[in-house]
Amino acid sequence: MAELIIISTLNGVLYGMLLFLMASGLTLIFSMMGVLNFAHASFYMLGAFLGYQISKWAGFVPALFLAPLIAGGCGALVERFGLRTAHKHGHVAELLFTFGLAFVLEEVIQIIWGKLAVDYRVPPLLDFSAFTVYATNYPAYKTFMLLFSIAIFVGLILMLTKTRTGLIIQASLTHPHMVAMLGHNVPRVFMLVFGLGTALAAIAGVIAGPALVTQSNMAALLGPILFVVVVVGGLGSLSGAFVASLLIGLLQTFAIAADWSLARIFGQYFQPASGTILNDIWTVTVAQVGPLLPYLLLVLVLIFRPTGLMGTRDT
Amino acid sequence: MSGPTTTMLPSANRTSIGARIRSYSLWIGAGIVLLILPVVFPSGTAHTTMCLMAIMIVFALSYNLLLGQTGMLSFGHAVYYGMAAFVTAHAMNWVVRNGAPIPLPLIPLVGGLAGLFFGIVFGSVSTKRGGTAFAMISLGLAELVASSSLVLRSFFGGDEGISTNRTKLLTMFGWDFGPQIQVYYLIAAWCLLCMILMYAITRTPLGRMCNAVRENPERVEFVGYNPQTVRFIAFSFAGLFAGIAGSLAAINFELATSGDVGIGRSGVVLLAAYIGGVGFFVGPILGAILVTLLSLRLSDVSEIWQLYFGLLFIGMIIFSPGGLSGLLMRHAPLWRGPLGIRLAGFGKLLLSYLIALIPALVMIAGAVLLVEMVHHVAQKTAEGPTMHFLRQNAWTIDTRSYTPWIAGIVMTIGGFYLFRMTWPIIERAWNDAAAQTRRGAV
Repeated sequence: MAELIIISTLNGVLYGMLLFLMASGLTLIFSMMGVLNFAHASFYMLGAFLGYQISKWAGFVPALFLAPLIAGGCGALVERFGLRTAHKHGHVAELLFTFGLAFVLEEVIQIIWGKLAVDYRVPPLLDFSAFTVYATNYPAYKTFMLLFSIAIFVGLILMLTKTRTGLIIQASLTHPHMVAMLGHNVPRVFMLVFGLGTALAAIAGVIAGPALVTQSNMAALLGPILFVVVVVGGLGSLSGAFVASLLIGLLQTFAIAADWSLARIFGQYFQPASGTILNDIWTVTVAQVGPLLPYLLLVLVLIFRPTGLMGTRDT
Repeated sequence: MSGPTTTMLPSANRTSIGARIRSYSLWIGAGIVLLILPVVFPSGTAHTTMCLMAIMIVFALSYNLLLGQTGMLSFGHAVYYGMAAFVTAHAMNWVVRNGAPIPLPLIPLVGGLAGLFFGIVFGSVSTKRGGTAFAMISLGLAELVASSSLVLRSFFGGDEGISTNRTKLLTMFGWDFGPQIQVYYLIAAWCLLCMILMYAITRTPLGRMCNAVRENPERVEFVGYNPQTVRFIAFSFAGLFAGIAGSLAAINFELATSGDVGIGRSGVVLLAAYIGGVGFFVGPILGAILVTLLSLRLSDVSEIWQLYFGLLFIGMIIFSPGGLSGLLMRHAPLWRGPLGIRLAGFGKLLLSYLIALIPALVMIAGAVLLVEMVHHVAQKTAEGPTMHFLRQNAWTIDTRSYTPWIAGIVMTIGGFYLFRMTWPIIERAWNDAAAQTRRGAV
C-alpha cells in the first residue's frame, strides 16, 4: 500500500507538472486576450511530433530546444495573422477561430505523420532506472521530466517577476493602454506572449511524447483536461493553475490505481439485477470513472464557485 | 438580425388574406420543394443524402436557437441529439417487444421529449450564466456524458451501440418505412414542421427577448426580465428540437452509437451553423446542406477532406463572420430601385466576381495539389510515387519529378497575386452598383 501511494504520488506530481507547463501558457494567453485558446493542446501535440522528428534526425537534446522554438514561432505567426484579424469580430469569433485551428492542426499532423502512433522513444541517454521504491523501479526519464518541468516553472516565475521583459508583460496584461502610452509596442508583446505560451506547451509535448503515446489524438485527449485545470484554478491565476494542475494530476493518478466499486463495498447487502443501469453503476470501479472525474469537478466548480479556486474574476 | 423577414411583421388587424398567403407561401413553397425533390433526384444515394441534410437542418437550426438567437456558445449540443437517439432506439425496441400500437411517424415525439427532458435537467445547471462560463459548462457536460457512455453499457450499448428495426412498428396505409424514400418523407415532414415551429419561436415575444439577452443581458434585467429564465427556456427548446433531430437520425440509421453524443458531433453542428451564418434564420439551413454535401462528396474525392473543411471554417471566421447567409444578405441593399438599374448594377458586380473567381480557383487548385502531394509522399509510400489527383483513374501525377511541385507553387502564389489584383475591380463594381441604387431611390 505504501509503495502504491509513493509511486502514485510521484506519477501524480509528474502529470500535474506537465499539465502546469501547458496551463501556465494557457493562463498567460487568457489573461492577455480574455479568450481561452482551444488550440493550445494542439501546440503541445505539434511539439511532441516535432520533437520526434528532430530527435530522429539530430538527437533528443537539439529537439528539446528546437521543437519549442519552431512551435512557438508558429504560435506567434498564428497570433499575428489569424487571431488579430479574428479579434476584430469579437470574442466568439476568436474562440471559434482557435477551435477551427485545433481542427486544422490535427489534420495537418495526420497528413504529415499519419493517424497511427509514431515510434517516439525515451532517449538512450536517459533509459535506465533511477531508483527503486520497494519493488518498483522508477525510470530515470520520468525523474528527468519532473526536474525539467520544475526548472521551467522556476524559470518562468523568475522571468515574469525579476526581468524587465517580465514586468512589461505583467503590466500589459492589466494595463495595456498605459503600457502603450509609455512607448512599448503592446501588440508585439501580445504576439510574444502567445509565442511563449505555445512554446511552453510544445516543451511539455517534447518531454511527454516518449512517456505517453505520440499520436494525432493526443491533443483531443488532453485539451479538455487543460480547460478543467485553468477553470478550476481560476481563470487568469497562475498560482491557481499550479494548484489545480497538481490536484487533477493526483486525482487522476490515484483514481487509476483504485479498483473499488459500490458492489465491492456494499455488495453483501444489495445486488441489482444484471443488465440494468443500476448494475452498471454498481459494478463500475473508481479506475473506470477516473476519466470522468475532472469534468465532474469542472461542472461543480463552475456551478458553485465560478471564480475557481484562486481566481479573482468571474469566468 | 433576422434579415429580410423583419419587413413582414404580422400586424394583426390589417392582415389581408393576400398578405397572409404571401407570408405562408414561403413555407408552402418549401413543402412543395421537399415533396418533389426525390422525384427530381430519383437515385438511392440522393435520397440518403437528402435524409441526412434534413436531419442536419433540424439539428443546426436547434443549435442556432442558442448561438444565433440567444448568443449562447455551446460545445455540447450533441448531448441532446445523442441522448434522444438512444432513448428513441430503446423506445422503438420497447414498442416492437410489447406490440404497442404506436406508428413510426410518432416516434420522433419521444425523442423530442427526451431532448426536452435532458435540456431541462442540464439547462437548469448550465444556463445560470452566459458567456464563457456557459461555453465551459457545456463542454464539461459534453465530456461527462461522452465519458459515461463508455461506463453505462446497458443504456449506451458499448461500442456496438443500440440497434433497432424501424419496419417492425405498427404499419399505416401500407407504409412500413423499409424503403429509403418512405423514410425520406417521414424525415422531410418532421423537418418542415420543426422549421416552421422554430421560425415561429423567433417571432414570439420570447424570441425577441432571446435576441435582447444576446445583445445586452444587463439591460434585459433593467427592463424587468430575468436573462437566466430566458436562457433556460431557449436552451430547453433547443434541447427539444435537437432531440427530434437525434430521433430522426436513429430512425434513419436504425442505430444509436456513442459517437452521437460525442464532442465530434457537437463540433460538426457548430461548424454547420457558423458556416451557414448564425445571423439569419436561413443561415443554418444553408450551412447544414453545404456541410452534409461536403462531408459526403469531398470524402469521396480526397482522404484529407477534413482539412479543407477546417480551412473553410477558419476562412469564414476571418473573412465573413456572418457566414454564407451574411455574405448573400450584404447584397440585399443593392437590390432596390427599378428593375433595369438593379440588373445593370448586379450584372457588373457578378462579372467582377467572375473575373476574381478564375485566379482564386487557380490558387486553390495549386494549394490543393501541393497539400495532396505532401500527403501522398508522407503517407502513401506503399503506393509508389504515382499519385491520382482528385480522381481515381485520370490525372496521374509523378511526385518524384519537379514539374508538379513547381506548377503547384506557381499556381498558388501566382493565383494569389492575380486574385489580389482583382479586389479593386470588385470594389469599383460594388461602389457603382451602390451609387446606382442610391440614384434610383432618389
